[in-house]
Amino acid sequence: MTTTKKTRLVVIGNGMAGIRALEELLKLAPDMYDITVFGAEPHGNYNRILLSPVLAGEMTIKDIMLNDVDWYAQNGITLHLNKTVTQIDRVRRKVIAADGTEADYDRLLLATGSNPVMLPVPGKELPGVIAYRDIKDTGEMIEAASHYRHAVVIGGGLLGLEAANGLKLRGMDVTVAHLMPWLMERQLDKTAAQMLQASLEAKGLKFKLEKQTAELIAGESGRVSAIRFKDGETLPADLVVMAVGIRPNTGLAEAAGLHCDRGVVVNDTMQTYDPRIYAVGECVSHRGISYGLVAPLFEQAKVCANHLAQFGISRYTGSVTSTKLKVTGIDLFSAGDFIGGADAEEIVLSDPAAGVYKKLVIKDDKIAGGVLYGDTTDGSWYFQLLRNGQNIRELRNHLMFGQNHLGNAGHQGRSNAADLPDDFEVCGCNGVCKGAIVKAIKEKGLFTLEDVRKHTRASSSCGSCTGLVEQILSSVVGGAYAPQDASKKPMCGCTEYTHEEVRRAIRKDRLLSIPETLRFMEWKTPNGCPSCRPALNYYLMCAFPHEVHDDPRSRFINERAHANIQKDGSYSVIPRMYGGVTTPAELRRIAEVAEKYRVPAVKVTGGQRIGLLGVKKESLPDIWRDLDMPSGHAYGKALRTVKTCVGSEWCRFGVRDSTALGIRLEKTFERMWAPHKTKLAVSGCPRNCAEATIKDVGIVGVDSGWEIYIAGNGGIKAEVCAFLVKVGTQDEVLEYVGAFMQLYREEAHYLDRTVHFVQRAGLDYVKRRIVEDAAGRRALYAQLLDALSVEKDPWAERVSGVEAQEFRTIRFFGKNETKGGSNERLAENLPA
Amino acid sequence: MSDWLRICPLEDIPRLGSRVVNNGDIDIAVFRNAEDEIFAVDDRCPHKGGPLSQGIVFDRRVTCPLHGMTIHLDTGEAAAPDKGCTHKYRVRLDKGDVYLNLG
Ligand SMILES: Cc1cc2nc3c(=O)[nH]c(=O)nc-3n(C[C@H](O)[C@H](O)[C@H](O)COP(=O)(O)OP(=O)(O)OC[C@H]3O[C@@H](n4cnc5c(N)ncnc54)[C@H](O)[C@@H]3O)c2cc1C
Ligand code: HEM
Ligand code: SF4
Ligand code: FES
Repeated sequence: MTTTKKTRLVVIGNGMAGIRALEELLKLAPDMYDITVFGAEPHGNYNRILLSPVLAGEMTIKDIMLNDVDWYAQNGITLHLNKTVTQIDRVRRKVIAADGTEADYDRLLLATGSNPVMLPVPGKELPGVIAYRDIKDTGEMIEAASHYRHAVVIGGGLLGLEAANGLKLRGMDVTVAHLMPWLMERQLDKTAAQMLQASLEAKGLKFKLEKQTAELIAGESGRVSAIRFKDGETLPADLVVMAVGIRPNTGLAEAAGLHCDRGVVVNDTMQTYDPRIYAVGECVSHRGISYGLVAPLFEQAKVCANHLAQFGISRYTGSVTSTKLKVTGIDLFSAGDFIGGADAEEIVLSDPAAGVYKKLVIKDDKIAGGVLYGDTTDGSWYFQLLRNGQNIRELRNHLMFGQNHLGNAGHQGRSNAADLPDDFEVCGCNGVCKGAIVKAIKEKGLFTLEDVRKHTRASSSCGSCTGLVEQILSSVVGGAYAPQDASKKPMCGCTEYTHEEVRRAIRKDRLLSIPETLRFMEWKTPNGCPSCRPALNYYLMCAFPHEVHDDPRSRFINERAHANIQKDGSYSVIPRMYGGVTTPAELRRIAEVAEKYRVPAVKVTGGQRIGLLGVKKESLPDIWRDLDMPSGHAYGKALRTVKTCVGSEWCRFGVRDSTALGIRLEKTFERMWAPHKTKLAVSGCPRNCAEATIKDVGIVGVDSGWEIYIAGNGGIKAEVCAFLVKVGTQDEVLEYVGAFMQLYREEAHYLDRTVHFVQRAGLDYVKRRIVEDAAGRRALYAQLLDALSVEKDPWAERVSGVEAQEFRTIRFFGKNETKGGSNERLAENLPA
Repeated sequence: MSDWLRICPLEDIPRLGSRVVNNGDIDIAVFRNAEDEIFAVDDRCPHKGGPLSQGIVFDRRVTCPLHGMTIHLDTGEAAAPDKGCTHKYRVRLDKGDVYLNLG
């Protein structure tokens, strides 16, 4: 081997886990390896989980291909189809296939999947007795359905029921024989299983429970013709499908002397006991567990690729899985521990008439598991709460009614993805219909919310349709979809690090600029992307307000131009009116500006101030100069307004001077940058005319002082605030509110509203930091005041010439004049 | 070659930023990336005409401020999954000045 040769990687198993690992690897290190793949099947990599819709006649083999042979060619991968590897020579580092084909390796990846378990009963090798695993089995079942009548499926688990449903749809008379007293006993409790059985019976399937197979009997042709159970009962059977479980396919690894314990044993980097050999997928045993669903295998593939690419930073620590049955018309979801026990509580909602059953198992104020039948709308949400280990005490009363009940008013109340017509617009922001999403998932082989966002744009903007998109995803790919664990989610595609990890590094290693951070954290892209750069700019400024310089090029246009861009490319100007209070002089100036600059629209905004809409960018600095009012930051992830009611000065009900407090709050916290926009409000009595309890911070005056509420939201998804504390004086209000703002600034992810932050951190935590820890509260408040002390009014700065080029167009006239004498002409650099 | 117009000194365009150039008729967005490469395209996003000059620049790309479509500055083509193309102009850098060719 010469030094110019690339490292050789051989993959055994051309299936879902192995090829996903290659895809991840090619993303990270496209040129690192010379890759060879062996596959025992004669096909490219296909989406095995969609064999069920193929069997049911809802899709074709062509629809479910993930990587056709062209893909391998395009990526320079040598592909050996139809070749089963029979030997691994670990000393000479080569693999040998049944037909004698050999390949040398420097790194080897085992992804041999698993083998179906065949019951050791007489007659198991008869023609017409098959498993359900691959395209070949599916083809045989489709073939049998067109010639024969009686089918028996042994095994009433996920796979068996999907097989039975498909065969029934193809016209066979199907009986499911199951050993246990109810169906899918590993995923369902008895009640849900009985409801499932009833609806499958309504589709024409028959069931034999608590039946043990004794023998398969051959007919005259030599093909199977009947099945006999231990209790003597016999049924006719021209086709027998065994779906009684799978066993990791470790024969090859064992023969090569690799340590196996049911599966090929790997560590958290997916490495086997031979450091040159990695393994992923169903053939693996990780911390004693072998997984049989796609979602965990994909996580393994990602970690494995990271190590093959020699990045060496990620670890696989195991997965929590969920199940969804892919039988059209039946909605079933289960996850985690759904049986419970002495130390657990159950919340059950059962409506057999409507065909709905929901059970959640709660342990220590956390969701431990659950079963949903008939209405799986909230499956993804519960699963997310389960995986994140979120404390649900405060949600408890609403939990059963689902996420929508918590205030989602969007989508005309539509929330059940399965019922929606194909032309239903799921994502209003980007105009994406259900049909387009389903098509992309099927044709492009998508498995994650991120994939769907990337390929269709659905749910990539405001995010309010995320729940619907998740449902559509899980109804197409079944348990293969798992929402990502938010605590481990990388900041964006440019890095593997999470928001927390990046913020910690910035603080600990005193990173003071974006380029420095990108270098230090080994970003994968040269200058980040529109999603991480604004976040980093904010994190840096928040950590070191005195040392870090704002980077206008890493701000979204609104914050760079200090005005909101409108749909026609014009801008809006909204000056500050503290507490919504103005004067005749201010109003006169606004009116004059509106006339002088021919502003097309003047509107009272939702934030109690006046907006000038449709302004040309070039006029902004002049308008700001003429207005002579400070920026209202209506464009920023920053403190927007402090809305106030009239209060005790004038109002006959008022008990506190809400207007005065609102003005003080706004004057203290104006120019505060935050992870997202931040809105405050103050009401002078509990009638709450300022609608303070749907704001990021709401303050309500009462006889004895002020009540402080936090983490509400009046946007896409209305959220009512949670009560934080009651205090006596205005000074205290400022200190508590300031401390909460600073906690949010320091600990929320960029683009989290306060409601998201408090949901994740927990209200108890916030109370501990803000209410119980007086010294900590004062320190937080002091930090905020210190950070605010360096912020100047951005409009005044720009009127005095800062960032002047941002507002100037370079103009030149008379293109023809450039011809003739001089071959160039300096464009004029006109001021606006 | 006669149609090269001197636009401005390189330092008048911020790194990872842009300037708008107007010829009395249309707006052209001129970008400078981190490596001091210069690109010029029509200041109209192929999606709904958004002003690309106002987007965030990274690598050799810009993301439209209106609905987030990403455009490859070296070709004017939209990045997948979007389709579309904005007209691209020739630019060059000579002795620290930026030149644009509308031909
Ligand atoms: C009908 C059906 C429905 C399913 N539905 C779901 C679902 O809804 N949700 C879900 O999450 N999961 C589902 N699964 C499970 C999912 O498909 C598997 O977990 C996943 O495919 C396993 O991936 P893998 O790469 O480990 O194995 P596989 O995809 O089986 O790939 C292994 C490949 O290696 C090949 N191979 C084995 N040994 C050798 C050798 N010595 N030489 C060369 N090649 C070899 C095999 O032929 C096979 O092609 C379903 C499975 C089936 C069969
Ligand atoms: C780019 C998109 C958006 C723009 C340009 C925009 C702009 C504005 C502006 C200019 C105001 C007036 C505020 C003020 O006086 O300061 C406002 C108010 C408001 N916006 Fe938006 N907004 C946008 C998106 C949203 C979204 C996504 C939501 C919901 C999550 C939202 C919810 C609100 C609410 C509730 C108010 C009223 C605030 C109040 O009464 O206190 N806006 N918006
Ligand atoms: S909230 Fe109370 S004090 Fe304020 S305006 Fe309404 S009634 Fe009057
Ligand atoms: S106009 Fe550019 S993305 Fe819509």
